[in-house]
Amino acid sequence: MTGTPLRETLESARRGDIRALARLMARAENHGITEADLGAPDVQGRTGAAGTVIGLTGPPGVGKSTFVSCLVAEYRRRGKRVAVLCFDPSSPLTGGALLGDRIRMQEHADDDGVFIRSVASRGHLGGLSVTARAMIATLLAVDFDVVLIETVGAGQSEVEVASVADRTIVVLAPGAGDGIQMAKAGVLEIADLYVVNKADQEGVHTMVRELRAMVALGTRDIPVVTTTAARREGAAEVIAALGTED
Amino acid sequence: MHRVRVVVAKPGLDGHDRGAKVVARALRDAGMEVVYTGLRQTPEQIVRTALEEGADAVGLSLLSGAHMELVPRVLRLLAENDAAEVPVFCGGVIPPEDAVRLVELGVLRVFTSRDTLPDIIEWAHATLRPLEVVE
Ligand SMILES: Nc1nc2c(ncn2[C@@H]2O[C@H](COP(=O)(O)OP(=O)(O)OP(=O)(O)O)[C@@H](O)[C@H]2O)c(=O)[nH]1
Ligand SMILES: [Mg+2]
Repeated sequence: MTGTPLRETLESARRGDIRALARLMARAENHGITEADLGAPDVQGRTGAAGTVIGLTGPPGVGKSTFVSCLVAEYRRRGKRVAVLCFDPSSPLTGGALLGDRIRMQEHADDDGVFIRSVASRGHLGGLSVTARAMIATLLAVDFDVVLIETVGAGQSEVEVASVADRTIVVLAPGAGDGIQMAKAGVLEIADLYVVNKADQEGVHTMVRELRAMVALGTRDIPVVTTTAARREGAAEVIAALGTED
Repeated sequence: MHRVRVVVAKPGLDGHDRGAKVVARALRDAGMEVVYTGLRQTPEQIVRTALEEGADAVGLSLLSGAHMELVPRVLRLLAENDAAEVPVFCGGVIPPEDAVRLVELGVLRVFTSRDTLPDIIEWAHATLRPLEVVE
């Protein structure tokens, strides 16, 4: 397939050819892909921009991946085609990366309506990677209804996701992650919605109360929703609170 | 820049993935991007994952004794999906005669308990390359 024109590959990917889509994603990741490449008018006249991009960020281990898997299941129940990009850090020493987010998502691995791609940050700070935008644009161009983005989750200042997503969810959990650190880093400010996951654990109510108090001091009304991703609870409520569905 | 992407998977029903994790970490330390899929993956899940992730290689860790069933199935599914060129390597508990047979069937390399982690890394460095991408 070497030398297959981009348009042809794009058409194949739209028809559900998973290898074609994987090739496009590799190209987007390694060389970038421009809007012009993707928005080609001769490709059945579609713009490919109708999908919703939802970003999820938050401290390590709060259950982002587990909750992403719940969201995928709920969107699938609604008949949506879903893509997931999950970011993990590259080692600054070797450039290698261990990409482990999809462990929590493998229940969807043989669903044709779901495409999951793990992405290494390759030294880029901010929670995504240099070519994240191109990868998202590619997924939208092949008509996924929903694109879910899980950031690196290193607990640093991962605010970049808000600039690529239609909605940004900050996921927290009782005990994990220092709320003050996150507030300092500006991560709390980018949220359109707070998810307090691990609602089966102690400390949820305190955390929800603190978040609501903080929201009350601000100018935007940011919903706070509790979830128990490990028991598949809360995805429908979160989708409703996002306000992206008709 | 295209780094070598390796999907490391643990097919079969047993619940031990220590070996798979050790190999996954070692490949990461060797500069590769390693997608680890966790325990109890079916050949269908593994192959779909390899396709989605654009894997340049698939590493399988097998301890359950079902390798003569699971590994050929992974090879067959890769071939059915027009991805026979994606190299497959295995490790775990695999008797030498089975290892010979698996290589005949198309597995690029079977590691045994005699192979050390540095052996695996050296092999991966010398052997694994990014497969082509569209230009
Ligand atoms: N008790 C409880 N545990 C949960 C819940 N959701 C996830 N977990 C567990 O929390 C751990 C971390 O889950 P992940 O989904 O990997 O968390 P993550 O935020 O994606 O982690 P990183 O990507 O490593 O930052 C796992 O052991 C999950 O099983 C929950 O609702 N309740
Ligand atoms: Mg995760």
